[in-house]
Amino acid sequence: MGSGNREKFDNPVVEWVDSRLPVFTLLKAEYGVFPTPKNFNYFWNFGAIAMVMLITMILTGIFLAMSYNPSTAGAFESVERIMRDVNGGWLLRYMHANGASFFFIAVYIHIFRGMYYGSYKQPREILWILGVVIFLLMMATAFMGYVLPWGQMSYWGATVITNLFSAVPVVGDAIVTLLWGGFSVDNPTLNRFFALHYLMPFVIFAVVFLHVWALHVTGSNNPTGVEPKTKKDTLPFHPYYTIKDSFGVLLFLALYSAFVFFAPDSLGHPDNYIPADPLVTPAHIVPEWYFLPFYAMLRAITFPVGIPFTDIVFIEAKLGGVLVMFGSIALLFALPFLDKHPIRSARYRPLFRPAIILFLLNFIFLGYVGSQSADATLFGLPLSIFGLAATAVYYGFFIVLIPLLNKYEEGRELPPSIHESVLEAQQKSKAPEAA
Amino acid sequence: MATKKTTKSAKSDSRRDFLALTAASFGAVGAGSVAWPFINSMNPAKDTLALSTTEVNLTPIQVGQSITVMWRGKPVFIRRRTEKEIAEARDVDTSKLIDPQSDEERVQNPEWLVLVGVCTHLGCVPSGQKVGESRGEYDGWFCPCHGSHYDTSGRIRKGPAPKNLAVPSYEFLNDNTTLKIG
Repeated sequence: MGSGNREKFDNPVVEWVDSRLPVFTLLKAEYGVFPTPKNFNYFWNFGAIAMVMLITMILTGIFLAMSYNPSTAGAFESVERIMRDVNGGWLLRYMHANGASFFFIAVYIHIFRGMYYGSYKQPREILWILGVVIFLLMMATAFMGYVLPWGQMSYWGATVITNLFSAVPVVGDAIVTLLWGGFSVDNPTLNRFFALHYLMPFVIFAVVFLHVWALHVTGSNNPTGVEPKTKKDTLPFHPYYTIKDSFGVLLFLALYSAFVFFAPDSLGHPDNYIPADPLVTPAHIVPEWYFLPFYAMLRAITFPVGIPFTDIVFIEAKLGGVLVMFGSIALLFALPFLDKHPIRSARYRPLFRPAIILFLLNFIFLGYVGSQSADATLFGLPLSIFGLAATAVYYGFFIVLIPLLNKYEEGRELPPSIHESVLEAQQKSKAPEAA
Repeated sequence: MATKKTTKSAKSDSRRDFLALTAASFGAVGAGSVAWPFINSMNPAKDTLALSTTEVNLTPIQVGQSITVMWRGKPVFIRRRTEKEIAEARDVDTSKLIDPQSDEERVQNPEWLVLVGVCTHLGCVPSGQKVGESRGEYDGWFCPCHGSHYDTSGRIRKGPAPKNLAVPSYEFLNDNTTLKIG
């Protein structure tokens, strides 16, 4: 951040500030002239889109907090008051509730883009790991936020998820009591969840800053996975990508607005409009859609792990489910170190490409399994068998398939540079016209 | 001369290392002891702990009837069992149970079964208290969340729950007409 060979600005006010604190020089370097691969497709919009959603969530959240009452006696009614009496409260709340879903949509696409184009590979490992940290923080924040309206799903979701920690050997029950601040999910629990739900987005913001910092050290990956070599391969970020990102953001916001204004409750559960009742469990507890694949993996383990034909059990079923669920995220952390294949982009990996698409379909199927009740069936077989199989596929992708591909997959020939791949694509698209 | 200097600096290095390590360890202990009150403030407060007993009048409960009361924010099931239910609970080979326990260990008075009504899997409230609710395959309780079946002694018989429904500490007062839980 040295301002030694700083270029002068024409505007005297900007120049006065910049010579004392070179924020304008920084902005120009990182978002003005920043060299960016010129072949981005629309998958590369989702980082900017996620950023816009984060800001939307923080803004709507702060204004909702001004009318919200974090106590078991007042929470449900204060949310109804926001909906009926607070000026524009319905808009703030629907923006916030649907914003969570759309933030997750953006982030899931962003993560899948990173996997498809190998953006996690050397030298972008820390960039990827920070991204997974953001994803984890988002899940914690979303979970606690869902508890705040204090409806039936809030209460029972909180009960089921906090009870997961009781699976930890020896200290499990002490941890759960510590989380609750009592002997069940109750007023102290709601109070602390509100405090943490308010704090976490700012922690996320800080990690996003590190994520973007790391991105600006290595530079962006691109659809070919080939690093930029000359000036011909890149464009300045502004105006080329500021405009492309703005276009993508507007399209995304249009879809988001359609939900906010025309289907605001379609992604939520009707049960959450019933006030929390500790004596009545809803017949079918389901988490929000963005947790369903992980919920399916949690429920997939219904048997203890031990020595067969004896009573010796190492891991009880409940602990097994919890380990498998958290392990699925741990695998994302490990991905840069598991996948050692020299080619980044799935475009030039004939085996990885179908594999990653199957991985995506399997993940969506896990989501379906998670959305069904525990005793549901599919094709006449209990659904839990399919849940277990899909969980095995998820794990197999990381710990069996990727190491095998490292060894045996032969990639297709890489383009010599981004520039040449762009030229080649243009010639191909022109050729049919000439013929 | 040179060797002498080296040994001297090596000696002072180890002394510095010792001081640095000691300072760091005391710093860590200090940080830990400051962190503990913060973490401990999240544990149940004194007023929460003070609400830890509940008294119930048992006289209106008929044989075969169940009632639910709140204790520590959780439902407690009190069932006045029929002769048939008691017989069912006692006519079981305990060694074949998921969480082996005889019915005698779980009740003070065979007629009165007192249980914490929270499924030991992930904390849902099992059904079976009200007339017409599913009681599961063993005539006790059924947890709708993940499908655990409990018998007429509240023992886990089938499903993902690892343990029997918990028995709270309780005692009978006033000639068995009042139950004090906690």
